[in-house]
Amino acid sequence: MKDAYDVVVVGAGPGGSNTARVAAEHGLEVLLLEKRPEIGAPKRCGEGFSVNGAKTLGIKPDPRWTINEIWGANIVAPNGKRVSVRYEKQVGWVIERKMFDKLLAIEAARAGAEVLAKSEVVGLVMQDGFVRGVEVERHGERLTVEAKIVVAADGVESKVARWAGIDSTQRLVDIDSAYQYEMVVDLEEPDMLDLYFGNDIAPRGYVWVFPKGKDVANVGIGIGGNVSTKTAKQYLDEWIAKHEPFNEGRIIEVNAGGVPVGAPLEKLVANGLMVVGDAAHQVNAIHGGGVFEASFAGQLAGRVAAEAIERGDVSEAMLMKYDREWRAARGEILHRIYKLRRAIEQLSDQDLNYLAEQLTGEDVVAFANGERLGKLAKILMKRPHLIKAAKELM
Amino acid sequence: MPRKVDYDLCMSCGGCVGVCPFLALTLEHGIKLIVDEERCTDCGSCTSFCPVGAIKEA
Ligand SMILES: Cc1cc2nc3c(=O)[nH]c(=O)nc-3n(C[C@H](O)[C@H](O)[C@H](O)COP(=O)(O)OP(=O)(O)OC[C@H]3O[C@@H](n4cnc5c(N)ncnc54)[C@H](O)[C@@H]3O)c2cc1C
Ligand code: SF4
Ligand code: SF4
Repeated sequence: MKDAYDVVVVGAGPGGSNTARVAAEHGLEVLLLEKRPEIGAPKRCGEGFSVNGAKTLGIKPDPRWTINEIWGANIVAPNGKRVSVRYEKQVGWVIERKMFDKLLAIEAARAGAEVLAKSEVVGLVMQDGFVRGVEVERHGERLTVEAKIVVAADGVESKVARWAGIDSTQRLVDIDSAYQYEMVVDLEEPDMLDLYFGNDIAPRGYVWVFPKGKDVANVGIGIGGNVSTKTAKQYLDEWIAKHEPFNEGRIIEVNAGGVPVGAPLEKLVANGLMVVGDAAHQVNAIHGGGVFEASFAGQLAGRVAAEAIERGDVSEAMLMKYDREWRAARGEILHRIYKLRRAIEQLSDQDLNYLAEQLTGEDVVAFANGERLGKLAKILMKRPHLIKAAKELM
Repeated sequence: MPRKVDYDLCMSCGGCVGVCPFLALTLEHGIKLIVDEERCTDCGSCTSFCPVGAIKEA
């Protein structure tokens, strides 16, 4: 580790590693710091990842992480009605996140970034209203490292941005509390994702079964952070107890986490600072997927960092280029999806059952991508008590 | 009174750290959750969020 870099990236998740790789490919001196001893572990993820996402990111599928193909999804309403969609071609994978994250960090290192695990950023160096570096704790030593730009890719904890004055606190109304078992269990349709909805099953969220092969699956739950005195674990355990064959699954891993499902931050940059990924609340608020969003934002942040440093200007005004380009590419869609989440969370189980009668599986998948919302609004309009929710969508 | 962590239950997921409005929580090395007793206002947000019920009133 040196005393000074062009860019210091905090956190080696998909957001941080993509930022570091792209910045290094542009010839910058980059330091990527991860406080955990092992990058990618333990996972905090259901591990769903789309084929389109990988293409957009230019990430080449690698058999070390593309462990199971996904061709469609079953969406199950509170009354048990299944709405299914199976596409003509493969649409995604359930990936091995530990491998995925580690390989992204390896790619960053190969591009020339210095990568350091078990190195924790404990504070920022601020001067004249600019972020100028970080305080790092490593092997019991505390060191100061200068940086022209610091990238806050510290995930759901999102403290780095807050140290710099950007309020990235995860509000309880806008975070899901998540819990998951990876289990060995015989699956009927290992190439389909299963999603179970219902206010008794998972208030403001859903239970998921994401197969990692013919007899291994991530069985998890997300619930609203403030909706119940019962914990996510309690809800999931109750659901599993009632559902064969999962009640006989053999648990090989236990995961927990928080999923930011609010609107993206209003400002993604400050003087000498860019915020990326979960820390910036760049997540699909309907399905909670953030691997693609963090990676996409990271690549953009890496490019803008290179441009800023080449121009010798790391002011907020210059770094706003990242903010603007990100909003044009992803911000508007994610905002629409956020509004959809706010509308859907007003629905009772009866409303959800009604929707399941009116919708196709393609519709539901389109909604989760922020599309066909006009159709949803029209269906909601037919029920007087849902007109308010429908209007919020338009 | 500041909140207390039940280390037998805590999964080190970090969610509560992001939720705490007062920056009172730190997940040291990504493993050990520490409550800054000076900063904690006992607001209860972390307890409300925690997926496993690992943060308790003192
Ligand atoms: C239960 C669950 C299921 C999910 N399922 C899916 C899914 O199926 N598909 C999907 O796309 N997304 C899913 N997500 C969301 C996805 O995991 C995140 O959106 C994604 O990991 C965000 O990437 P990131 O790089 O922003 O943050 P992270 O991957 O969280 O990386 C941040 C890193 O920063 C490190 N860090 C934090 N503070 C510091 C510090 N001070 N110093 C050094 N390092 C630090 C952390 O240790 C961490 O490794 C799920 C999330 C959860 C909790
Ligand atoms: S939310 Fe709960 S499990 Fe996660 S780090 Fe905090 S106390 Fe531990
Ligand atoms: S009780 Fe409130 S202030 Fe105290 S640690 Fe929890 S969230 Fe932070």
